[in-house]
Amino acid sequence: MIRVVLPYHLRTLAKVDGEVQLDLKGPVTPRAILDALEARYPMLSGTIRDHVTKQRRPFLRYFACGEDLSFESQDAHLPDKVASGEEPFLIVGAISGG
Amino acid sequence: MNKVRVLVGTRKGAFILRSDGKRAKWTVNGPHFGGWEIYHAKGSPVDPNRLYLSQTSSWFGQIIQRSDDGGRTWFQPGTPPVEPTTTPEGMPKGESNKFVYDISPATGKPLTTHQWYDGTPHPWEFKRVWHLEPSLTDADTVYAGVEDAALFRTTDGGKTWHELAGLRGHESGPKWMPGAGGMGLHTILLDEKHRDRIYIAISAAGVFRTDDAGKSWRPANRGLVSQFMPDPKAEVGHCVHRIAMHRSRPDVLFMQKHWDVMRSDDGGGSWREVSGNLPSDFGFVIDVHAHEPETIYVVPIKSDSEHYPPDGKLRVYRSRTGGNDWEALTKGLPQRDCYVDILRDAMAVDSLDRCGVYFGTTGGQVYASADAGDSWAPIVRDLPAVLSVEVQILK
Repeated sequence: MIRVVLPYHLRTLAKVDGEVQLDLKGPVTPRAILDALEARYPMLSGTIRDHVTKQRRPFLRYFACGEDLSFESQDAHLPDKVASGEEPFLIVGAISGG
Repeated sequence: MNKVRVLVGTRKGAFILRSDGKRAKWTVNGPHFGGWEIYHAKGSPVDPNRLYLSQTSSWFGQIIQRSDDGGRTWFQPGTPPVEPTTTPEGMPKGESNKFVYDISPATGKPLTTHQWYDGTPHPWEFKRVWHLEPSLTDADTVYAGVEDAALFRTTDGGKTWHELAGLRGHESGPKWMPGAGGMGLHTILLDEKHRDRIYIAISAAGVFRTDDAGKSWRPANRGLVSQFMPDPKAEVGHCVHRIAMHRSRPDVLFMQKHWDVMRSDDGGGSWREVSGNLPSDFGFVIDVHAHEPETIYVVPIKSDSEHYPPDGKLRVYRSRTGGNDWEALTKGLPQRDCYVDILRDAMAVDSLDRCGVYFGTTGGQVYASADAGDSWAPIVRDLPAVLSVEVQILK
């Protein structure tokens, strides 16, 4: 079970409270997580990565286990603690307001 | 008794203001989609309870929302709540938020570049939908003006959007350059008499017109003079802020340009200045009285460097002569210490008798006049900055 933490506005858009939990078959990578997330919540398509290029939107970053994974390959294997569900995969928006 | 519904888009959500035909007492409903920028919301002339709304964010991109019950409930038309959210092949159906420039060999144009602020070539990048214009004849057909400037259309109620690529593919496309607010296609005028004719306006490319329902386009900027351009009378490159027409007389167009209020009597073939005695001919909004095609409204702004009313006085100016001769409308509007702006999509008129006029400010006020501008009162004072105002009359 993969745990994903979404920013507030995407939780609202997807009508979810708290973390999202996903079952993945195969390697646990950012691309696999986002594919599964968008399949479960189609309204999130295009909100995290571009519809066509699949590039991460500029004001968003990916974190897990205290590491910034934003610039890792989309096909890089995520830490075992993410794959096991011990740690969440965090999608974080740039801070606004100050 | 008629009912009036005003759709307000703001920097932090959408609001729906409702009244009866007297337009004296209002209710305020919202925010819808709190925290998101709502660039525009507009109802279908065919089915007034069918609303389309552009919800956008620099963080999360573009969302299209639709309501079939006058704004009480909303859904993304690509993912209706009662349908499966994936195709039989398992592909997500969140197509309604997808605006992809058409580069297909059959219908598209090559994805070249436009000019960046510094004059260098810059790739086209979709950023957001600025304006939604529902068809005059079909509730499922809507046009969307987007940044970077292009025109899209849906014919399935917003589920999918396709570019009318002939516009961006016009030979002048590589020369188009953004205004300071971005290279947005912000105005779409549909011609009730000539169904295949559409006018659009882009900052800062100017006005374009099609007579074949969007397949081919030509610039319609002759007579415009913009001193900031190397050639002030060039065919394209003008920072047009807004154009307006009266439905009964679609060959007559009015324009608020960056500077200058302009008029065309030949469907955009040529323009002449009608700024007349305005205290400033800079501004964003312009609109036409619902029953008097020669009565027009603007809100002068001091300058392109000082986006607030001259002398701190919020004044709507009305011309009953199609321009040149203007009167200040001040009753009920602040006449001291007012430094708000009125953005290009933030004025609308209703079709009651007498004509109602509405506008929203960057200070969060929405003002209404139930007597064609003679007097004004705020419907609401403390919304987030207002981006757009539309009004509907419900029989």
